Amino acid sequence: MKIPPQISRLLLLTVVIVLLFMSAKTILVPVSFGQYGWYRGQALKENSSSGIAFAGHEACEECHSDIVKRKAGARHKGLNCEACHEANAAHAEDPNVSPGKITNPQFCLRCHVKDFAKPEKFPQVDAHEHAGKDACGTCHDPHRPSESPAK
Amino acid sequence: MKTRRDVLKIGGIASVSVCVSWVLRPLATEAEKVANPPRSASTGTYNPTEHQWRMVIDSEKCIGCGLCAKACKQENKVPPEPYYFRTWVERYVIKTSGKATQELRGETVVDSPNGGIDGFAPSSIPAEQVLRSFFVPKLCNECDNSPCTKCCPVGAAFESPDGVVLVDKNYCIGCGFCVQSCPYGCRFLNPITRSAEKCTLCYHRITKGLWPACVEVCPTGARIFGDLKSKTPDNPVRRFVKEKKVQVLKPYLGTNPKVFYAGLDKEVR
Repeated sequence: MKIPPQISRLLLLTVVIVLLFMSAKTILVPVSFGQYGWYRGQALKENSSSGIAFAGHEACEECHSDIVKRKAGARHKGLNCEACHEANAAHAEDPNVSPGKITNPQFCLRCHVKDFAKPEKFPQVDAHEHAGKDACGTCHDPHRPSESPAK
Repeated sequence: MKTRRDVLKIGGIASVSVCVSWVLRPLATEAEKVANPPRSASTGTYNPTEHQWRMVIDSEKCIGCGLCAKACKQENKVPPEPYYFRTWVERYVIKTSGKATQELRGETVVDSPNGGIDGFAPSSIPAEQVLRSFFVPKLCNECDNSPCTKCCPVGAAFESPDGVVLVDKNYCIGCGFCVQSCPYGCRFLNPITRSAEKCTLCYHRITKGLWPACVEVCPTGARIFGDLKSKTPDNPVRRFVKEKKVQVLKPYLGTNPKVFYAGLDKEVR
């Protein structure tokens, strides 16, 4: 049976459109799209690729076991180093890079300033009432606040 | 006016291009692999289907030091302006009600100066007017039924197999639909990259076996983080949901947040 020309033209056109669509789709849709869902699977790797600023407590504790020992059993045992010592991934990577010092005398007050919004049992002070003009470190070893700093 | 000959020519070109693109497809995959090499051997390859990350908040432990918000900006290079945040801390003050009213609790005042990044100065509200006061850390709630991923027109907002709602920065067109759709205000448009941004639970850290920066620096353990698929017997997140009475933010919206809170007052939104 011979296909009438108007039908064969339509068929040809359909094939061309389908082929055009498929080629456009192949070119435009990223390769990893749909790997896990309706998004580029590669985006997961891209999201996980950026560098870190905080080394993480495990890296700190590898070298500074003396501090870990000092902190054990103290009120500050739960604090990770970088809570106070700031982001130090560069120092963890290369010990020659200085980790920096805590110079801000107000730093302790960030946590310990008196505020009724804090849990009642949390140790909080009015700095002037508690210590006058003395710095916190005069009486408290930051790693073991119940004791005076080693002279 | 196109002739039949033209149409046939276009058809021919199209067929050839399909063939060529199918041939080139494996090459493109290779190119993507080269552009994104697998991570170093020390951490091994990360398989997102083998993890299920969760953060839960014990808001009764929060002391409002704001170290989490500060660390987040530092770790994720969030623009410094005081209106771009991936995580922040709010201070709630619930005032006493006047004697003349039948209300048990008075007006709720919420403040979050610079997201709490510089800590909180003592509240200016006189103590005798205060019934209750507390801090609430906020972050992306990693909704199971997230409005933000549903409204993205280009597939740049998605939930990863390991339970984190992420943004495909290279695919985001910056239309801001997701920013508007988030009922928790957890998204913003980065003015530099022009891409939507949000808390990723520090995806670049957790995939390397580290804690999110906010969890790392939280001094009181108000932020608890863990992997539900972890094989270690003592899972801090599981212990938390077993021991605490937990709830989520705005449960009536049906977003099914995966970030659980313990110790929230009814006023918290």
